[in-house]
Amino acid sequence: MAATRIRTAIIAAVAYLIGIIFILPYVEMVITALRPQKELLDRNYLPHHFTWSTFTNLWGSNLNVTSGLETSLEIAGGATLVVLLVALPAAYYTARRKFRGRGAFLLLVLATQILQPTVLIVGLYKEFINFGLQHFSPVWSLILVNAAFNLAFSIWILNAYIGSIPAELEEAAMVDGTSRLGALFKVTIPIAMPGIVTALIFTFIAAWNEFITALTLTTNPSQYPLTVVMDAFRGAYEVDWQHLFAASVIATIPVLILFAFIERRIVGGLTAGSIK
Amino acid sequence: MSNIVTAGPAAAGRTQDQPPVRRQRGYPRVRAILAPLPWIGPAIVLIGLVVIWPIVVMFQTSFQHITADGINIGSAGWRNFSGVLNNANLPGILLRTVIWVAVVVGATMFISLGLAQLFNQRFPGRTVVRWALIAPWAASVMMTALIFRWMLDPNNGAINILLHQLGILHGFNSNQSAWLANPDSAMAAMMVVAVFVSVPFTTYVLLAGLQTIPGELYEAARVDGASRWETYRRITLPLLRPAFFIGLVINLMNVFNSFPIIWEMTQGGPGYETSTSTIFMYNLKAINVGQSAAMSIVNFAIVLVIVFAFLRMNRRTLQEAR
Repeated sequence: MAATRIRTAIIAAVAYLIGIIFILPYVEMVITALRPQKELLDRNYLPHHFTWSTFTNLWGSNLNVTSGLETSLEIAGGATLVVLLVALPAAYYTARRKFRGRGAFLLLVLATQILQPTVLIVGLYKEFINFGLQHFSPVWSLILVNAAFNLAFSIWILNAYIGSIPAELEEAAMVDGTSRLGALFKVTIPIAMPGIVTALIFTFIAAWNEFITALTLTTNPSQYPLTVVMDAFRGAYEVDWQHLFAASVIATIPVLILFAFIERRIVGGLTAGSIK
Repeated sequence: MSNIVTAGPAAAGRTQDQPPVRRQRGYPRVRAILAPLPWIGPAIVLIGLVVIWPIVVMFQTSFQHITADGINIGSAGWRNFSGVLNNANLPGILLRTVIWVAVVVGATMFISLGLAQLFNQRFPGRTVVRWALIAPWAASVMMTALIFRWMLDPNNGAINILLHQLGILHGFNSNQSAWLANPDSAMAAMMVVAVFVSVPFTTYVLLAGLQTIPGELYEAARVDGASRWETYRRITLPLLRPAFFIGLVINLMNVFNSFPIIWEMTQGGPGYETSTSTIFMYNLKAINVGQSAAMSIVNFAIVLVIVFAFLRMNRRTLQEAR
């Protein structure tokens, strides 16, 4: 009995230590953001004073943080909306109907699930120029790229959710005089809501954090999303660490909160349901 | 009829994929082909435009002669490929890429296996600790890379301060404290960061795998007097295989394509001495787009192998979905 207790205590201690290791870099991020300018070069873990001025200074126009937040919000919000409009019908149809080419379609989706924009970046860049898109706001291109690369996750998780809802529930609603679309909106979508929320939050976070495509397709600093704005803080010789990490804190907090909501359901979607 | 079905939740989950038979009018075959399009058409268009078309453009570009100003001055034949393949830096870059992928993925799988086992045990505060693992997973990888770069600052990075207190680091602003200036120590540091950001997701995948193993199996093993190690080797490991391989393949793809870590910490330099094939391809883009496209094709061929592995792992899922 005592042995079990000691074992549990050791397991807990090791687990807490590991948890702390994974959190510490982000604690350091917050500490550096709150470090006064004149203490930036000090060799200590904690500064003697904390200052909020870095956070208030962030909103100056020359740092582009305000416009970066706005652009990131547009891209992530836009991509999320596109995914909802494109993935939901596809997931619904593939879950409910057997049709010619269904297998091929699901295979295509599954293949894009694991592909990443990085390996296609030269093609995306050239396509962007071939279509003359550099003359327009890159926000539209980035919305489409982010939507496409997160589409598979969403189709997959929604397909699983809708597939687990018996078609008879919809048919019952239709017998009661509701149209097929009405049944979809009144019966299926409410039940599949956890899956829909997971898909949307996942897409939003991925688009919010996306870096390489944004770095490649944006040239004008006023059009940079937040990740590229932060990359620009890294000057040729000097890095503006405090502002960089203050911006990071602002960019990370909403993501952590959103992520906590979907953490339980996310693994099933990422592994395409091959493990439950 | 429908009332009976809707009455009990017991019916849920079992009956599905039974499309009601519909009367078809007009040209049944054409209708059958066109009917799904309003539903799946947008997805096909989006994938075609953003995933398939760039592959086509990449192939085209790899055979074009494009000047540094971005002007296409005709066909280059195979010269872009021969230019890349004869690049004196390429052998080192490919070797480094293999080591990078092998070490990062290997360490990630090994550590995650241990952590998943640990977090599968019952102990007070388990939920809170599992939450701690979310941070590196949810936060942008580029930000995590920048934090590590700051913590490795030669003058007063937190890791250097700690190493100094432990007596491992002898002086600040020295060659020893400038981890990212030396290619070998820079690669090692970046591998640690890559493992750091990969472990949380992998641990969660393995944890999900562990939770599918029925408790009765362990019960039976205990009754039969199996030792802890025997139980692990005979029950846990074999049943964890699907989760392990999926985690492995996803990590191979992520780590091979990893860009922000190296980009933010060394940009692949000095020279190409900390470049993987992904970073090399990206840096070539600014110098010679044609050669960069040729390198992308090489990378794409590697990626295709990983995609096929992923599809094979998911064969059962696909068959079930069919």
